[in-house]
Amino acid sequence: MNRNRRIVQFISILGFIFLYVPIISLIIFSFNNSKLVSVWSGFSTKWYFALLQNEQIIEAAKLSVFIAAFSATISLILGTLAAIALSRYRSFRGKSLLSGMVSAPLIMPDVITGLSLLLLFVTLRSLIGWPAQMGAVTIIIAHISFGMAFVAIIVQSRLLHFDKSLEEAAKDLGAKPLRVFFDITLPIISPALISGWLLAFTLSFDDLVIASFVTGPGASTLPIVIFSKIRLGITPEINALATIIIVLVAIFATLAMLQMKKIPE
Amino acid sequence: MRNFIRQRERAISLKLGKKLVIYIPLFWLLLFFLVPFLIVTKISLSQITYGRPPYLPMFEWSKDNLLTIKLYFGNFFLLFSDSLYINAYLNSLKIAALSTFFTLLIGYPMAYFIARADEKIRNILLLLVILPFWSSFLLRVYAWIGLLKNNGIINNILLNMGIIDSPIKMLNTDFALYIGIVYSYLPFMILPLYANLVRLDEKLLEAARDLGAKPLALFFTIILPLSMPGIIAGSMLVFIPAIGEYIIPSLLGGSDSLMIGRILWDEFSANRDWPVASALAVAMLTIIILPLILFKNAQKKEVAIDE
Repeated sequence: MNRNRRIVQFISILGFIFLYVPIISLIIFSFNNSKLVSVWSGFSTKWYFALLQNEQIIEAAKLSVFIAAFSATISLILGTLAAIALSRYRSFRGKSLLSGMVSAPLIMPDVITGLSLLLLFVTLRSLIGWPAQMGAVTIIIAHISFGMAFVAIIVQSRLLHFDKSLEEAAKDLGAKPLRVFFDITLPIISPALISGWLLAFTLSFDDLVIASFVTGPGASTLPIVIFSKIRLGITPEINALATIIIVLVAIFATLAMLQMKKIPE
Repeated sequence: MRNFIRQRERAISLKLGKKLVIYIPLFWLLLFFLVPFLIVTKISLSQITYGRPPYLPMFEWSKDNLLTIKLYFGNFFLLFSDSLYINAYLNSLKIAALSTFFTLLIGYPMAYFIARADEKIRNILLLLVILPFWSSFLLRVYAWIGLLKNNGIINNILLNMGIIDSPIKMLNTDFALYIGIVYSYLPFMILPLYANLVRLDEKLLEAARDLGAKPLALFFTIILPLSMPGIIAGSMLVFIPAIGEYIIPSLLGGSDSLMIGRILWDEFSANRDWPVASALAVAMLTIIILPLILFKNAQKKEVAIDE
């Protein structure tokens, strides 16, 4: 038994090293003095300053934050509605359709989602003249569709695990359904709402493939800009950008995790 | 009487509220998730043309006011007759299946280790798995370029240690492709497995041990069968997105490592052949429908256990 446990322990430690070596090397070489990303030649923060002066990247980052915040907010509303429908209403027409459509975007390959949404927008444009142009709006719509799926899954599991007698007590005391929702249900599920919003935000902020399909002139998100730069070769500037993003995301993720921890088991 | 009316009113507003809660998200997903797939299917049966949009309409009013429907199967014939597409299709299946296997091989012990760790350490380990999952996919794949390049970090270390004389070509090979997929999707494997293994009843194992079961027998007769839903859920979370992966093959894979997602992208953006791109998407969907159903069932089982 002891030997088997050792093997499991050994593989796990290797696994964790495997998960972190690339990220750590990325961070280390963002402080490299030389333009070469793989040969160390002294500590420098000059790539971070170069980054701050790169208008293209700053503009793309602003656009990405806007798209992510907007789509995460709508995702939160739609995803919560879907979660309530799936966990609170016993049966209604389209329930299995809704539950299928909520979980499918979680694993649908991005190329399929991107292509199909683009073709939808093109078809809509020729039918009703909207959307006139691909851009931030079409990216936001695309991101909402998968963001709401993640929110729905998180909120649904929270709704399934909480004490319904609280809601029932409020109802018995004469509270209207909306009142029950805002005074009882919402506070209890709020940790799930916060982590759902954060997850939808990061997924939108990170998306390259779907955004590339449904973007238009002038709407280059941060991943699109990064990808086009990576294709030309790797630079310490991208490493610096990656470090900033990873540190920010680590803070976000830890916050989301702490929110999740508030959920009593 | 007044009370009765108020109750009626409340019942009606409840019904309206319930309808809104159900039909707003349902309508959204129908319009922006299901309908797009129908359009893809439709366009996969259209013929390419020069113009905007670059395909011919399927429905046309002929001169005598009859609606004619033109179905063009040429795109699918092309997929089945051109070895480029068949190879890409089979290659994607192979790469996704093998990567899923490797991910399971590394992910299972890790999930088990975390599930059996002390409660204090467990949460930290879990956070360590989740952090990469949250941080940018694109940048994590990018990090491997710096490691695997000919003059990259791994080759430099090996050269300096005198283990090799000339750099090993690792970037733009199948090796790099597998590393990239296993690395990127490892958290997707660990998390559902962990969720399953952490619920494993310690008493079952003790009972089996008391009855004299050896560690290996314990694993194969109790732990493995009980963790099957977790294995299936985790494997599908890796296999399905890996089939259509675009970023990893285009950054880490070689120019000959054909994957269906990358070809779809090229057909779409470089060749502007939307009908063939759509046909590829339809073909890809047919591979993932079965795993999708498997995944859904495994998820249902997990939820059933939860309740």
